[in-house]
Amino acid sequence: MSGEVQAQKLAKPAGAENSKVVVRNLNFYYGGTRALKDVALDLYQGQVTAFIGPSGCGKSTLLRVLNRMYDLYPGQRAEGEVLLDGENILSPGLDLNLLRSRVGMVFQKPTPFPMTIYENIAFGVRLYEKLPKAELDARVESALQRAALWTEVKDKLNASGLSLSGGQQQRLCIARTVAIKPEVILLDEPASALDPISTAKIEELIDELSGDYTIAIVTHNMQQAARVSRYTAFMYLGEMVEFDDTNKIFTAPRDKRAQDYITGRFG
Amino acid sequence: MSSSFYPARRRRNAMWMGLSVAAAVVGLSWLLLILIVLFWQGASGLSLNVFTQMTPPPGSSGGLLNAIAGSLFLTVVGVAVGAPLGLLAGTYLAEYGRYSRLATVVRFINDILLSAPSIVIGLFIYEVVVVPMGHFSAIAGCLALAVLVVPVVVRTTEDMLNLVPNTLREAGAALGMPRSLVIRRIAYRAATAGLVTGVLLAIARVSGETAPLLFTALNNQFWSTDPTQPISSLPVVIFQFALSPYKEWQQLAWTGALIITLAVLALSIFARALSARGAANQ
Repeated sequence: MSGEVQAQKLAKPAGAENSKVVVRNLNFYYGGTRALKDVALDLYQGQVTAFIGPSGCGKSTLLRVLNRMYDLYPGQRAEGEVLLDGENILSPGLDLNLLRSRVGMVFQKPTPFPMTIYENIAFGVRLYEKLPKAELDARVESALQRAALWTEVKDKLNASGLSLSGGQQQRLCIARTVAIKPEVILLDEPASALDPISTAKIEELIDELSGDYTIAIVTHNMQQAARVSRYTAFMYLGEMVEFDDTNKIFTAPRDKRAQDYITGRFG
Repeated sequence: MSSSFYPARRRRNAMWMGLSVAAAVVGLSWLLLILIVLFWQGASGLSLNVFTQMTPPPGSSGGLLNAIAGSLFLTVVGVAVGAPLGLLAGTYLAEYGRYSRLATVVRFINDILLSAPSIVIGLFIYEVVVVPMGHFSAIAGCLALAVLVVPVVVRTTEDMLNLVPNTLREAGAALGMPRSLVIRRIAYRAATAGLVTGVLLAIARVSGETAPLLFTALNNQFWSTDPTQPISSLPVVIFQFALSPYKEWQQLAWTGALIITLAVLALSIFARALSARGAANQ
């Protein structure tokens, strides 16, 4: 797809801020199968962008390119440009651990480490900083506060992370991600395994975190996308079909496929 | 739907269920019979003497102290040498080599080694250690047992590490954790109960092995802790005493068999309890 057509499709949203992450001409392959076709979008600084689309459209694949998670598996490769603050993260010599310290990820299924709650958070911090105990304690507390989990666990920091409920475990994972002070947070269907009350808490959290962090969230729940995000990207069969303000996408989508998906004709 | 099919199905079901239960009972009853015979013959010989006196010359009474100590020595050192090797190799197969050609070959060779006759392993160590040394020795026995331990631990380590869900590793990688830390601090910790079970099962396996010890550690009538000298062991003593015409020796053989069986039983039950607790924590 040529550059002008791609630029047109992007329809830069009104009042656009700085682009934290810029994706251009992104193609992704699982072995021989092309899963992402010439994808282009921007993640704006301090804003929440939602990726929506039917199952198999490539939204999780796209998310996992942003922190090069696919690198763990041979046979998966990405071609194109993904610029984080202007630097292409797809270049072969890049320090992946450093990248992932700047771009954090929370997964669909809560994944607390088999350690105490305190250790779950301290572990990540220790990877990057050597802090005296008092400071480490403060860091753990502030991370748990940001994840709205502090009051529930402050008396049992030495309990196993696995002893928490599903919603609490997911907030623990968010706290763990936030503790290492990333710049971008990627959320892969973070609430789809949780009950409605935990889901509401997670959404509140996302709202509070945005502003300080650039957030991308994959969700198959359109109401959720409408609630939490400022920008929405609709994907279909590996293509970026429409990317715009959330309001515009949900009230007056331009592409017919987006219309059909949003009104529930398929998906 | 005709109801005439249903009674026939129920009869067939009852028949197959009955056959399965009967087969299970027959299988278990053999185990029970073995235990009963062992207790019957061996318990009468159980006394403090068994644990405090050495193996006697024919015709006099004594105990099994040197044999028990020897078995402990051989098993502990054999596992101490073999388990770390097995652990690291299993880690390679599960973590680094999942998609590599070398891993496939290693796995295949490991499976062959797992079912290799232990007497062949004994003969191999004989050629490689005993002949150059010029005499039988405890250390040769330990090495033979270590070779038996390695494939068991490799198999269980790989299987247990493969049970750790990949999302847990991804969560570690997402924090920017280097691969070795993800393995050591996350995968190992998540699989601890399983890994320990594997080592316990390896211990249970080698503690009763006789054939490899026949050509390597031989036997020793007296107390010995010298690794370069032959050492006594329960399985070899049982072998020697059971075949003899002396009543005291035969009694000691039964008692020794009972001791080994109880020890292996206790280890297996402990390993099972540990893995159940590990599964409960998931």
